[in-house]
Order: sequence, then structure tokens, then C-alpha cells
Amino acid sequence: MKRRLEISELIFKILAYFFLTVFALCCLYPFIYAISSAISGKYYVDTNRIILLPKEIQFLAFKAVFENNSFWSNYANTLFLTFFGTIFSLVTSILGGYALSKKRLLFRRVFNFFLVFTMWFSAGVVPQFLNYVATQRVFRDIGIYDDKWMIVIAMGMNAMNIVLLRNAFESVPSEIEEAAIVDGATEFQVLTKVYVPMSKSTIATVGLFFGISRWNGYFWARMMIRNPNEWPLQVYIRNYLENNIWNSDADTIFNNPYAETSIVYAMVVCAIIPILIIYPYIQKYFAKGVNLGGVKE
Amino acid sequence: MEKKIIDDYLKYDSDAGRYVMDPEQEVRDRVEKDYWKMVLRNLVRDWRLYLMLVPMLFIFLCWRYLPMYELLASFKVNLTGTNRVAEMEFVGFSNFYEVMFGSRRMMFWQAFRNTFVLSAYGLLFGFPVPIILALFFNEIKSNAYRSVLQVFTYLPRFISTVIITTLVWMLLSGKGIVPGATPGVISKLLVNLGLISQETAIRGVMYHAEYFRAVYIIQGIWEGAGYGSIVYFAAVIAISPTNYEAAQMDGAGKMQQLRYVVLPAMLSTIVIMLIVRIGALLSIGYETVLLLRHNNTYVTAQVISTLAIDWKDEANVNLATVPEMVNNITSMLLVIGANMISRRVTETSLY
Repeated sequence: MKRRLEISELIFKILAYFFLTVFALCCLYPFIYAISSAISGKYYVDTNRIILLPKEIQFLAFKAVFENNSFWSNYANTLFLTFFGTIFSLVTSILGGYALSKKRLLFRRVFNFFLVFTMWFSAGVVPQFLNYVATQRVFRDIGIYDDKWMIVIAMGMNAMNIVLLRNAFESVPSEIEEAAIVDGATEFQVLTKVYVPMSKSTIATVGLFFGISRWNGYFWARMMIRNPNEWPLQVYIRNYLENNIWNSDADTIFNNPYAETSIVYAMVVCAIIPILIIYPYIQKYFAKGVNLGGVKE
Repeated sequence: MEKKIIDDYLKYDSDAGRYVMDPEQEVRDRVEKDYWKMVLRNLVRDWRLYLMLVPMLFIFLCWRYLPMYELLASFKVNLTGTNRVAEMEFVGFSNFYEVMFGSRRMMFWQAFRNTFVLSAYGLLFGFPVPIILALFFNEIKSNAYRSVLQVFTYLPRFISTVIITTLVWMLLSGKGIVPGATPGVISKLLVNLGLISQETAIRGVMYHAEYFRAVYIIQGIWEGAGYGSIVYFAAVIAISPTNYEAAQMDGAGKMQQLRYVVLPAMLSTIVIMLIVRIGALLSIGYETVLLLRHNNTYVTAQVISTLAIDWKDEANVNLATVPEMVNNITSMLLVIGANMISRRVTETSLY
């Protein structure tokens, strides 16, 4: 039975369409602005005359970024950190979450508390800094001079993500595990052949969380990595902003055929492109995974 | 458990144990007289399981728990110029006294207040937005259009803090220092709307302490509201359409439907999220603050974590760890309190 919308319902619907469209455009606007500014003419960017669309289109700023070797070596560092960091965090979390999901694990409550306590009480920035400095010393002692490995191993583990995985594993019916064991599967096979495929959406979500936080990591890389060649992209962009845009003389800026800020915008665009590429594929996964993780308890 | 039952299970024990997943195993474990023998047998039986735990436990021990030991630097003083906390001299609460009531009290209490105010404003203005977004998403019946809107609004959550803050700086302050530069696009808009003066816009909004809180909170809403609506949206779409129809039959308008149909269905989610937020009231994202602040805006932008980072360089780690210790203890009490309330109200413990 179709029925006429009441006036209050109609108003609410119009409001919903209007505000959501506006909000979505607001969410998108800075990125469009960044692209436009990256490819606009020097005069228009320098005088902030870009509103939405590019004016006097040119790709000189992108060309300058593409020819900038240190930018790409830092890009490679970020790829390295994201790839190895995500794999390391994900594998460790899956193993830990799987073990914690087993009722037969002794001292399960103790281990859980050990994990969850870090969500209540974190040491804070300075103690963590002292700790990482000590870690760096230890890594040097055992012959690892590349600070990227320290960032991969020491940072980025997250108790919340392990809890999400644990909950997903707990919701797998134990009969399936028993059947696999009767068929002669080892503990490790049970995990890789039964539990991992059955918790795919949560694993994809958690992997996405790890990957995003690795790709976006800034603060600790800046604090711990002294050598600019070892920096990840985010540190490079911020450093470029501080040194070449804010603290440079006006005279040096005006020599290039493109606006100096266009360089920053071009870097920003280069830095978010990988996220934009993978994002639509995983987007449907994480909405599902977050809900699954949230509902359980 | 009575003696007789125990004996029964123990008798049954003799031929069990061949299967790893023996269903009686757990019961037998529980009634085992020799506790450590049971532990040992479990360890031997499930050694692979414990091995899987090791990497995770190791990482948490080394990089989550050892820093808590370094936090004890707040009770110590550095007499020998060492950089190891273990070698420092224990002095008790004198660092705390100096920071909270001594020469550094102004800076400390300012940062403490800023932390609290930023979080409280963030809660006040930021908390309702995802809920409203979820209600609005529910109104959009075209799946394709809704998906597009959702993709767009979730997006900022996945962009790095550095890039977001860079864009905030650029959009608000333009280049700021370049002669003849005009203010950023958003600043111009704000001037046209009459929200800020032309002079402020030219000098740069980001260089004015009075606007820092607004910038920080709006930036936070812009970044997180769309993504935050996921959990509420899940609660809203779980409502059966028949509930709305019944309400409509009874002549309920939209506001009444929201009040009597939607709100009860969302209430538990809202309460849980609210408690999470209250528990996190003092743990503010220092990275964003660090990237958005400027020398001129410390009056409103200096929070506990950034204060600690500054003091680490300009004073020493003993003083720098004091504000963090105060902050950590307070926020742990908040979390535990919030968790207790949650247990009372919703009968689910959050952690």
C-alpha cells in the first residue's frame, strides 16, 4: 500500500538530501582544489584565485615533482613501510588473535587483560620516545642500521585490531575446527585453511586499518629517522612545507615558471592516489567488518 | 562440584586423551587436582597455540609495557647526565610539585585546560554529527546515490594527518608570508560571510589563537563524521519497515517517528559510543595538534602531549613525563569509570 508522504517526512527527506550532498561535496572539495591548484598557472595560484576549476592549465609542477629524486626515494620508503609493516602487523595479530580466541588456552583472561590494559593506559609520547631510542640502540647493536625495520617491528600494533580479529575467530563454529582436526589438520592448517578464509572480511578490514596507518604514519618516523633519505613521504611533504614554503625568501620563489605551492599540491595528489585506487575495492569490506566487530561482545 | 562427579570423570580419563579436541578435556582440566600438572600437560598439548601468542606478547611487552617503566622518570632526577631512566636518582614527588604548583604551573594548567576544553568541545559538537548523518543516510532510498555519498564522506578518514593539515593551512591561510598574497579560499568565504574580519584573513586565520579550537574541531568533524556514521547507520537500517508503517498508521509525523521508533533502536549504540568518547576525553590526537599549531597559537593549542614533547627538548625528560603521568592516570580513571557506567546502563562491558 503506497501512501502519501506527510509534510514533516517530506521536509526531513529534502533536508537529508540537501545536507548530505553538501557534506559530501565538502569532503571532496579540498582534494579537487588540490588537483586544480597543482595544474594551474603561477599567477592564479600565487594570488589564490583558484576556486574550484584549474585556470591556465599546465603540468610544470607535476613535472618538477616527477623529476625530484628525493621525493621518489621517500615514496619508495613509504611503500616499503606500508608493505612490510602491514604484513608484519597483520600476521602477528592474526596469530595472537587466533590463540586468544581459543577457550582451551590457559590464562586466557590474563593474556586478554595484558592486551586490553594498553587501551586503558598508554605510557605517553615521551616515555615511548625514550623506549624507541633504547630500541634503536639495541637494533644497532645487533646489526640492523636501517631504521625502517625498527618502525616495522616496534610500531603500529593495535590492541583494538587484535580484539576485532579475536571476535571474528570466536564466531567461527567450533564444529568446523573439530572436523578439520579429525581429518588430520595441524593447528596451523586449521588457522590458514579454515579460520582465515572464514574471517576474510574482518581480516580485510584490519589489514586496511594497518595499511592506512602505515601509509599515513608521520610523527614517529620524524622523531626516529635522522637520515632524510630514509624518511617516508609524509615527513618529506611536511618538511617541504616548513622549509620551502613557510620559511623561504620571496625572491627565490618567484624564479620558477610554476607556483611554489603547486609543488606541494602536486605532492599531495601523488601521496593520496594509491589510497584512492584501493579505496573503492575495500570500502564495502570495511563497512561490513566494522559492523561484525562491533556487534559481537 | 561434588566428589562423586570428579571421580566419575577421573575414571573416564583412562581411555580419553587420544583426541586433541576431547570434549571432556575441559572438564577434566577444571577438576584436576594437581594444578601444575594440568598446566604442563596443556602447554605440551597446545604448544603451537602458545607459540602463536609469543610474537604478539613480545611486541606488547617491549613497546607498550616497557615505556610504562620509562614513565617512572617523573619520580626521578637526572644527576649524572645519563639517558637511562634506571640510573637516575629517585626523588619522589618533587617533579610533580614543581610542575603543578611551582615555576611551571602556568604552562601545565594551561595545557591541561586546553586538552580538556578541546576534547569537551569535540564531544559536544562532534558527537551528534555522525548520528544525524546516519539518520539522513537512511532517508536516501536510492542505493546507488547513497553509496556514492558514503564513499565521499568516508574518504577523509583515510587521508593522512599531514595531508589534511597541509590542506587546512593552505585553504585557510594561503601562503601567508608571501608579499601581496591574498588569503586562502575558505578564509575569503568566511570574510564574505562576515565571520572573520578582512584583516584577520590577510594575516592568516591559523596564526590567531582564538580560532584554533574552531579549526581543530571542524577539521575533526570533517575528517571523522562520515566514517563515524557507519556504526549508527547499521543500527538504523536494522529497524524493520513495519515499525515505521505502524507509527504512520497511528498518525505519527517524522519527529514522532524519530522519537519513538528510531531513537529506541539506536539508544544502546549511542550510549556505548558516548561512553567510549567520555573515556577518551583526555587522550587527544597530538599529531593533529602538533601539525596545526603555530608559535602564536600556543595559548589555546598547547595540550598535554605537545607540552611534554616541548619540555623533552627544552627542559628534561623528568619534567616532561610529569604531565603525561597526570594525564594518563586521569584518563585511566575516566575509562574505568565509563566502563563501570556502561556495565550498569547497557549490561555490556566495553573491554
